[in-house]
Order: sequence, then structure tokens, then C-alpha cells
Amino acid sequence: MKRTLFDKIWDAHVVAEEAGRPAVLYVDLHLVHEVTSPQAFAGLAARGLPVRRPERTVATMDHSIPTTKLVVVDDAARAQLRRLADNCAKHSITLYDTESHQQGIVHVIGPELGLTQPGMTIVCGDSHTSTHGAFGALAFGIGTSEVEHVLASQCLLQRKPKTLEVRFEGELPAGASAKDLVLAMIAELGVGGATGHVIEYTGPAIRALDMEGRMTVCNMSIEAGARAGMIAPDETTFAWLAGRPHAPQGAAFAKAVAGWCELHTDDGAQFDRTLVIDASQLAPMITFGTNPGMGIPITSAVPSPDDAEPAQRNALAKALRYMGLQPGEPLLGRPIDVVFIGSCTNARLTDMRVAANVMRGNKVAAGVRVLVVPGSKDVKRAAEAEGLDQVFRDAGAEWRDPGCSMCIAMNGDAIEPGQYAVSTSNRNFEGRQGRGGRTFLASPATAAAAAITGRITDVRTLMPTTGGER
Amino acid sequence: MTPFKTLTSRAVVLAADDVDTDQIIPARFLKGTAKTGLAAHLFADWRTQPGFPLLGTPDTSGAQILITGINFGCGSSREHAPWALVDYGFRAIIARSFADIFKENATKNGLLPIALPAAACSQIERVVNAQASTQLHVDLASERVSLPDGTSFTFPIDPFAKHCLLGGLDELGYILAFSERITAYEQR
Ligand code: SF4
Repeated sequence: MKRTLFDKIWDAHVVAEEAGRPAVLYVDLHLVHEVTSPQAFAGLAARGLPVRRPERTVATMDHSIPTTKLVVVDDAARAQLRRLADNCAKHSITLYDTESHQQGIVHVIGPELGLTQPGMTIVCGDSHTSTHGAFGALAFGIGTSEVEHVLASQCLLQRKPKTLEVRFEGELPAGASAKDLVLAMIAELGVGGATGHVIEYTGPAIRALDMEGRMTVCNMSIEAGARAGMIAPDETTFAWLAGRPHAPQGAAFAKAVAGWCELHTDDGAQFDRTLVIDASQLAPMITFGTNPGMGIPITSAVPSPDDAEPAQRNALAKALRYMGLQPGEPLLGRPIDVVFIGSCTNARLTDMRVAANVMRGNKVAAGVRVLVVPGSKDVKRAAEAEGLDQVFRDAGAEWRDPGCSMCIAMNGDAIEPGQYAVSTSNRNFEGRQGRGGRTFLASPATAAAAAITGRITDVRTLMPTTGGER
Repeated sequence: MTPFKTLTSRAVVLAADDVDTDQIIPARFLKGTAKTGLAAHLFADWRTQPGFPLLGTPDTSGAQILITGINFGCGSSREHAPWALVDYGFRAIIARSFADIFKENATKNGLLPIALPAAACSQIERVVNAQASTQLHVDLASERVSLPDGTSFTFPIDPFAKHCLLGGLDELGYILAFSERITAYEQR
């Protein structure tokens, strides 16, 4: 029987499956953060249940922590952070708190610490858990009730999703990155287009991506509605994992790699659907609307509701009203107020390098606020070792401590009502980055270009002076 | 969990597609540690806008059914979304389609996700829009939503989710019954 990568991991984790019932699926790694876990621990306490396998749960503080030396934003956030610390202490769960040298955004530190490994099932009460699929893991977001299930049983009830292959043919042109690739895909599929499916990303343009780029792509799978996104592991994956603190070491690593090499879709295995995208035709992408599916090449004009499918007209008109944009107007040259370079989508070392390369020797445009928020303490240290922090500071950007920050605006880092931000995060929903704020999602290169020009800018026009960007 | 068997209620129409969980409950209200008390924050940034079709108007008070577009509940996995809807008093959502995680979260909180084809949704919306006091009837056992004139529509529901909703059962009990199998799996 020919199987897909997804099938192989699914089959290996089914503990039990009764007729007409969802499968009982074993969870190898459970990640936890402060926002979606307190009610799960409370539920456990109410039932008098222990955590079944505390060593398989790892916690971090990321969503509501400050990214400056200032204090926590409010009492509610402080109480929630304290609750996480108490719950972890009580149940002997490893916690990367703000004092830890390895703290960071949950989807940045999991891979960085080598906790994320090929073939695993990984869950977290967070929709961007799909990020970890970049390593050939089956990783997906769950609700808080399910967090409680995993704490109590190390298992979840799951109905088998369908599979969708998204194959990126060709080679990404200069100036276009992993972020542009995935924004183009979401624009094609729509925000609900992959509902009920697990995506496997294949093709030469995916193979050519480094691990950071693959994580960016898998991270945004949920923005097309997918249950998860995954990429078969290869030499790039193994090289990235080698030597990570929680990865197998020495001979055990070689043995693990031999097993991981089996984790690919067999020739002739069937996907439920396939979408093919020619990566060589892609340009830097940007969103213009209020969901991640509303994306266009940066050189395009804002679409008109009159040209949209009848079913989408109202949504488009509403989005343009919120964004304060006119149909047919170009986005290029549009002034912006804030640039956010961060989030679990684009706050890894390569993202920092790309942004720094664009900003090096330049100044942030007058009146523009630029926040650069590394995804983890490790990323922060590595970036500082390369002097990237100095590049950002010299340009006039704020170099912050790791956290979710302005991606979700829970910690006090927020854009003001009516302001425009170019953001490397993953969601442009109304108010996501601050009540009344308006978000343009783009790549780190595009965000950095906007930082120095103060306008939406095609980074390719800056490239001769910045050296080729990936 | 409160069992869901039947429901007779008026409904409100939220005519929008792709309503994301950041709209259902914005992130700044996620700092609590309880599942309750979230009703006040339901659609916090939309309910203050003129013409927002629910929350606080005489026509809609007491409505336990929300009717909406495609892909309801997309975005963040926050279970605060169904908690807030339930806390406000909703027991069922009729939509053209649902986002996966929202649907899972809803059923775990006794909130019934009813996915109906667009034509059926439009027909129900026309009746409700014509008369806000229209009582819809939902019968989970027969998987049907009916209009007062007897017109009814069947909706699909996963048999296990239906079983749990009808009985007010939560899934953890079912999973824990497999404890020995889980141990065997861990030791394999
Ligand atoms: S960075 Fe944003 S999307 Fe990622 S985990 Fe944090 S809040 Fe969620």
C-alpha cells in the first residue's frame, strides 16, 4: 500500500480506533503557553487527574510578556503568567519562563531546542503549531479542552483529515521568499480553501528552502484553513537538527536519521487533492485586506469588489473600507506608520539577517516606528553575535526581547487605531495588531524596505545596493 | 457539559463570511484563567458599530441561534470563542461552513455547529429577516433544522460528536477508557 508522509505518521500513532469513532491518537510532544492552558489545568484539578507524561509537555511564556525591560502590561497578564508557572511547578513540567536563556515563542523554541523531530505528533493550544510540520512532523493546533485531554491521557481523539499536496515547481526568483510563496498559496486557496486537509508541500522550490523558510511556509498553513502543513525531512532537516540540545546525539542521531529517511510520500501514493504553483512566476507579495487570503503581488493594484465573484463582493468591500483603500489604487508608495519584524512566522535568524541586509547603512524613515522582535533568546544572542542588533539600532529601529509582541498585541506592543503597519506576522484580521489598526502582511525583506522608505516598497528596487536577497 | 437534544429559539443573522476568532473575541480579552464571564467581550469590536445585528436589541435578545456565512471561526484556536458564544447564550450556529478547530471546540462546549448548504442558509435567513420573532427548531437526534411552516433541512454531524452532545458526555472519559491500550502503546 503506497502511503503519503501524513499516512505514515498517522498510522504510527493510532492507539485505538473503534468503528464509527474518531481515532485515539498518541501525542509525542505537547507544547503549552500561558494563554490557552490555565483552564485545562483547572479542568484536570477539578477531575483530580495527574498529568500523565509531564516529560512530554514543555511550556513557554510568550504571548503576553513584555519585550522591553518594562513590567508586564497588566494584572491579568501577570496573574496568567503566574498561573502557568504554578501549574508547571505543580506537575513537574519544564517551563521556559522569561528568566530562562532559551525562552522564546513556542514555535520558535520547539525546533531550536531539537524538541521538534521528524515523524512526531506535536500539538499545542495554538493554531500555528503547523510550523513544526517543516520537520516532517504531524503538528496541529488544538483547543483548550484538548489541551486537557493531552495532559490527562497523552492522547487526542482525531478524525482522519484529507490530504492536499501543494507542489511548488521551479525556482523562486530573487526578491521573493518563503513568505511570498505561502502568501501566494493562501491567495490562491482562500482562507478556507484547505479546511479539513493536511497539506504536504513538495517540489523543487520547497526543497531549495532552508529550515527557517520551510517553517515560515508550514506556519501559515492554518491561514488557508489547513489542519496542518508538512514537508518531508531531508539532508537540510538533518543538518539543522544535528547537535540541538534535545535531538538524539552521536550514534543515536545516525540511527534516528536512518529512520527519518523513510518519512516521505511513496511514489504513486494518492493525495485527495493537488495544487501546483509555479514558484518562478512569484513576486514579493503583500496583503491588502483583512484576512491572509487577500494577498496580491506588491506591484498590483488593489482589486475591485466589482470584479470579484459575487459571493466575495461584500467581504472585499468591507475589507477595503476597514483598510481605508480604494479599488484600483496601487499599494506601492503608500505611506505606513509602523513596521513589525517578528512573530513565529518570521523571527528566526535568517529573517533577522534578511531584514538587516536591507536596513544596513540606512535610516528608518521619519515618523515610522520599527519594532524588531527576535523569536527567541537564542535568535537574539545569535543576531547580536553577528552585530545585527547594531544594524537595527543604528537605523533607528527598536531591538526588543523575544515574544509574540505586536503579532497579537496582548503585551502592550500595539499599533494605534487607523495606523498602517507592514508586518512579517501571519494575521491581518481587523484589530489583530491593535484595535482599529490596519495590517499589511509581507516578508521580512519587504517590511525592512518599508521601514527605510516609510512606504510600501518593492524590495527588488533596492536590491542593487543591498546585495541579493534570498 | 449540558446535553443538547432539541432547541427552539429565535435566531440572529450575522451576514459575513470568514468571521475569525479574533472578531468573536479579541486577543486582549484572553488574559483570564476561567472559561466563564466572556459574554461581555463577544464581538467586542463589532458590537459597538451601528447596525451590528446582534447583542442588545429587543429583536435579538434571547436568540440562541446565530446564522452566518462560510468558514465561521477561522484563525486562532482559542476556545474562548465558543466559551464567549455560549456564555452569551448561543446554543447553535448555522453556517455555510466552519473552520476545523472552531468546530471541534464548539462541540466540546455543547455548542452545536450546523453546516447547511448556501441555499438552505439563505432560505432560513430570508424568513428570519422578514420576521425577527421567527422560532427555529433544531432536533439533533434527527439532524434537522425546521422553519415554523414545517420546511426542514438535514445537517451532517459526526456520529461521535452527536453521541457526546446528546448525552452531555465529554471526550476525556472515552479516551481514558483506553488507558491500558495507551500504556501498551507507550511500552511497545
Ligand atoms: S507570534 Fe503570533 S501567531 Fe505566533 S504564537 Fe505568538 S501570537 Fe501566535
